[in-house]
Amino acid sequence: MKNRTGEALPVPVNEQRKWFRGSCWLVLIFGMFWQGGCMGGVELVEVAPGHFVRFGLQQEPSPQNQGRIANIGFIVGERCVAVIDTGSSLREGLELREAIRRVTQLPIAYVVFTHMHPDHVLGAKAFVQDAPEFIGHAQLADALARREHFYLSAAKTWLGANFEGTELVLPNSAVTGIRKLDLGGRTIELEAHPTAHTNNDLTVFDPTNGTLWLSDLLFVERLPVIDGSILGWLRLMERLSGRDYAVVVPGHGPVVERWTHALAAQRRYLDKVATGVREVIRNNGSISQAVSQVAADEHDHWLLFEENHGRNVTASFVELEWE
Amino acid sequence: MTTVSNLKQQVLVTIAGSAALVLMLVITTAVSPLLADEGNERWLEIKGLLFGDREVRDGASLLALETPYRAMDAAVVPVEIKTLVTQTPQTYIKKLYLVIDNNPSPVAAVFHFPGKKDWQSLSTRVRVNAYTDVRVIGETNDGAIYMVSNFVKASGGCSAPPTKDPVAAAANLGRIKFKLPEAPADGSQILAQLLIKHPNNSGLQFDQISRNFIPADYVRRIEVSYNGEPVFSVDSDISISEDPSIRFGFEPEAGGELKVSVKDSTGRTFAESFGVGKGESG
Repeated sequence: MKNRTGEALPVPVNEQRKWFRGSCWLVLIFGMFWQGGCMGGVELVEVAPGHFVRFGLQQEPSPQNQGRIANIGFIVGERCVAVIDTGSSLREGLELREAIRRVTQLPIAYVVFTHMHPDHVLGAKAFVQDAPEFIGHAQLADALARREHFYLSAAKTWLGANFEGTELVLPNSAVTGIRKLDLGGRTIELEAHPTAHTNNDLTVFDPTNGTLWLSDLLFVERLPVIDGSILGWLRLMERLSGRDYAVVVPGHGPVVERWTHALAAQRRYLDKVATGVREVIRNNGSISQAVSQVAADEHDHWLLFEENHGRNVTASFVELEWE
Repeated sequence: MTTVSNLKQQVLVTIAGSAALVLMLVITTAVSPLLADEGNERWLEIKGLLFGDREVRDGASLLALETPYRAMDAAVVPVEIKTLVTQTPQTYIKKLYLVIDNNPSPVAAVFHFPGKKDWQSLSTRVRVNAYTDVRVIGETNDGAIYMVSNFVKASGGCSAPPTKDPVAAAANLGRIKFKLPEAPADGSQILAQLLIKHPNNSGLQFDQISRNFIPADYVRRIEVSYNGEPVFSVDSDISISEDPSIRFGFEPEAGGELKVSVKDSTGRTFAESFGVGKGESG
């Protein structure tokens, strides 16, 4: 699957299905009708044995997409299930829970938050009934506690009626370094990272089949969003690029066969932003100048560039001017 | 008259310090629809508090204000103020108010100038909480008041938690940095940028774990002097972005020293001095 530039494929989820690859567009059209026709029938893709992903749309949250914009999913062991991110609303969380129940009746023992963003954490209330351990980076609870009001009111604006019943669930278990979860037959590894996409990024690795859930540490096709530290993120990518994984699940966009290419594209963009912003700072330029000049040639390589690039440059500017 | 408006400005600043009252203001702001007339109503209220019934004239011949029409990040909205008339000891702007109508605490900053030196540009970064008019109001040394304003589309800048990494922020609190371009040999104006590491907590963020508002903790006053002479001072408030930045034009002299002193709302003080002379580079 090659890197796409330009227009969005409305339902990238279907791109994952090997058996449909030959007639991708037909499937997309079918997929649109199918999704429209049976709302709540969540489509899952088993990206690796036991790893199920509900792919999000490459869009900003809106009443139309009901906030289903992030990749969320779960990992099934022989003993129990670990949910990896929960979506933007109680409704989306409940849809994911139903989808899990179509696959397995094993208990949902863990809900893992990959980071604080509302499109990933706000569906957690759907799983309170399972009394799982809610697990996040050691800095996640503090980050969410500070943002609760802001995130909930933003989500309410985005989702309208679909927001109903949504509440924030804070993690009751904190990860520093690496934490292992035995799901029965497979022990997954949660790794807490230094500040990068946010100050509470957590990845999930399954050594039994080499699958890594990078979540929002990797944006595929959609412009990466900096809400932590551009320097930290670049450092983390340096470390990641030396590792070998069979399957990498990004937070947004499809699972691609050559994940290192997707990582390289993201790295190229963030590098260009850092280099460009540094140059504006060195020439005593302003934030506004940086926003209009820096990495403008990346425009055609990403979805949602207009929506997020200016903020990325601004965030990088206020970080890099302290170097 | 000046004393009275000073007092009232103090009242506004004091109101900003009290989280509960600020919250009430926030709610009022959130509830009122953002129609043009409503915006004017809010401005009339602010204007009454700041200037009483004094006349506020069109300042387009005196001042220019540059803001993005749509902010990229509501917590970091760049604002540049330019003087269109040479500042001389005979005629100068002695006070400059930066007002963001629809923010919970609308008076973002009040700059004071001694009037001895010319300046052409002053920039800072502000938080914008809702679509709003941003105003710059200059009071000249003869007591006349002039205003320019721009409309800015941004929202959520005050209640959003801007600190992306609180641990790093706490470790660097109070650090002061000066950025200077190569000083021109002819002694013309240079733009110096003052940066202060400070979370500038607005007091508007509720912490669900502690069940309390994160206390307001923001830079309240900055004084800048050059070779012992004040360049400007500013009374600042919660609408100023995290890690306050002020970029200002001034004329370096041979063997000069810039001094900065900063005081925050919790009483902490920070100070720093930098050798900045003609022909020297920062």
